[in-house]
Amino acid sequence: MTQDREDQLAALSRKANLLRQRDLVMIQRAGMGHLGGDFSALDILVTLYFAVLRVDPQHPDAPDRDRFILSKGHCAGALYNTIAEVGFFPTSELETFMKPLSRLNGHPDRTKVPGVEASTGPLGHGLPIGVGAALAARLDGAAWRTYVLTGDGELQEGSNWEAAMAAAHYGLDNLTVIVDRNRLQQGAPTEDTIRLEPLADKWRAFGWAVREVDGHDYAALLHMLQSESWEPGRPRCLIAYTHKGQGVSFMCDNVDWHHRVPTPEEAERALQELREAVHG
Amino acid sequence: MSQLYDCRDAFAQALEEAARNDPRIVVVINDSLGSSKLKGFKAAFPQRLVNVGIAEQNMVGVAAGLANGGKVPFVSGASPFLTARALEQIKVDLAYSQANVKLCGMSSGLAYGELGPTHHSIEDLAWTRAIANLTVIVPADPLETAQAVHEAARLSGPFFLRISRMPVPQVHPADYRFRLGKASWLRQGSDITLIATGVMVARALEAAALLANDGIEAAVINMATIRPLDREAVVEAARRSGAIVTVEEHTIYGGLGGAVAEAVVTTYPVPMRILGVPGVFAPTGSPEYLLEHFALTPAGIRAAALELLKARAEQ
Repeated sequence: MTQDREDQLAALSRKANLLRQRDLVMIQRAGMGHLGGDFSALDILVTLYFAVLRVDPQHPDAPDRDRFILSKGHCAGALYNTIAEVGFFPTSELETFMKPLSRLNGHPDRTKVPGVEASTGPLGHGLPIGVGAALAARLDGAAWRTYVLTGDGELQEGSNWEAAMAAAHYGLDNLTVIVDRNRLQQGAPTEDTIRLEPLADKWRAFGWAVREVDGHDYAALLHMLQSESWEPGRPRCLIAYTHKGQGVSFMCDNVDWHHRVPTPEEAERALQELREAVHG
Repeated sequence: MSQLYDCRDAFAQALEEAARNDPRIVVVINDSLGSSKLKGFKAAFPQRLVNVGIAEQNMVGVAAGLANGGKVPFVSGASPFLTARALEQIKVDLAYSQANVKLCGMSSGLAYGELGPTHHSIEDLAWTRAIANLTVIVPADPLETAQAVHEAARLSGPFFLRISRMPVPQVHPADYRFRLGKASWLRQGSDITLIATGVMVARALEAAALLANDGIEAAVINMATIRPLDREAVVEAARRSGAIVTVEEHTIYGGLGGAVAEAVVTTYPVPMRILGVPGVFAPTGSPEYLLEHFALTPAGIRAAALELLKARAEQ
């Protein structure tokens, strides 16, 4: 690995650590949020926004921008922290998260927050929108690309599979769906709720190019997301194996932390762990 | 008998015209090419027609994504499936998101007749009218249908156009100009006002002619825009005539009658009757049979108007 690459990976890691700390403080302050899913998705978001997506916070509506759609809208906290850090709005505004009249709803609102491409919250909405966006680029012969991040539990929504069929039918290789495969939904493991496995086989059977990756391994994420084409003519599905609550030992893989808010003591312990991880 | 038209023909022709003038316009369908009369559009613009198959949730989400990518999608499918199956997508992906998408609900109301209540769309005005940001239009004749398509194409934001397949005559003169959010007064009269929408407008005009034979002068309003409602026209009707009958090919709960009643009771209360499908699933029968069954005919409207005037006189 080149020195540049090592520096890049270290920078991404520091960025994600910083955003985890900010997200934790933000949710602690708001008294609401979805830390577990935020933390499983954050390394993916940081990789996309700081190394993959062609977006410009000075021109959030530029026609040729890449589109990123957060289908798991309840993880707005991770998205807000990421796009604020990119520069779409001031990081100081994160203090208003879920406060009265804040732009920063518990779920993202595209009409209010620059950088938000789709208003999501109800599950199973992001992928159909992503298919439409990818079709628009295709119709225009445009080079911009579309990325959708879904939860894993949300794949129980049938609309995803309608969209999966359409994306393959139209050969949308400019579309990438990333599945945040943290294996836990709101109250229980996905496999105890409604089984998703064999998940990679399902996407393959629907006509997608499928890759699997450790969703907290920046080198692996970059390798997959920076390569332009996997299989020409096929939409791309990246199953990212992640841990809910990644980065904090007592949250990690613990279903309780889907939308639990830490006590002040827990928050301090979590922040301490995160700070030590940077310096360690 | 005046000539009768299927408004889907005017819809398809207007959409082709609009697409010729605006390269952003695309069409999204759910295997509804024939039922939307869009074979001509497909022949003219094969690349600009996206068929997502029988998948209404995806259809509306795809349209939202196309709009995000700068397109102006017209989504065309049978109204019962488009509006009911994809209601959450309509609310969130289009209305809440202020997406520039035009929903075209075909064969709405009782138009599918014998196919039964699964295929009737007599609730679509109620549930689209309840959603913020969504403009709801029910054209009454081919001329108005074409103009509504062009207005929807010209204006930004989410629209729902409710288009029937039931034959209707031309109710407007050739120089008619559809104005969004404005009622059109088709007949003046000071004794009672008939406010109708869609395929019921022509029948309301016939009812007014019957009432004239009874010595009653009935005004007739075509309320093509259901949301935003022309409240000024409603107040004007209440003030001028003191009695209102609404007529729609839709459930009496939450449609045109509901919208007019909301305006009337909060501004200028007058006695009303709300004509439509009375909160039941329709029995088997052709569209014409069902309209007779529910008294949604010139004679039925006349009878309701006479009953309302009698009841008012006895108060």
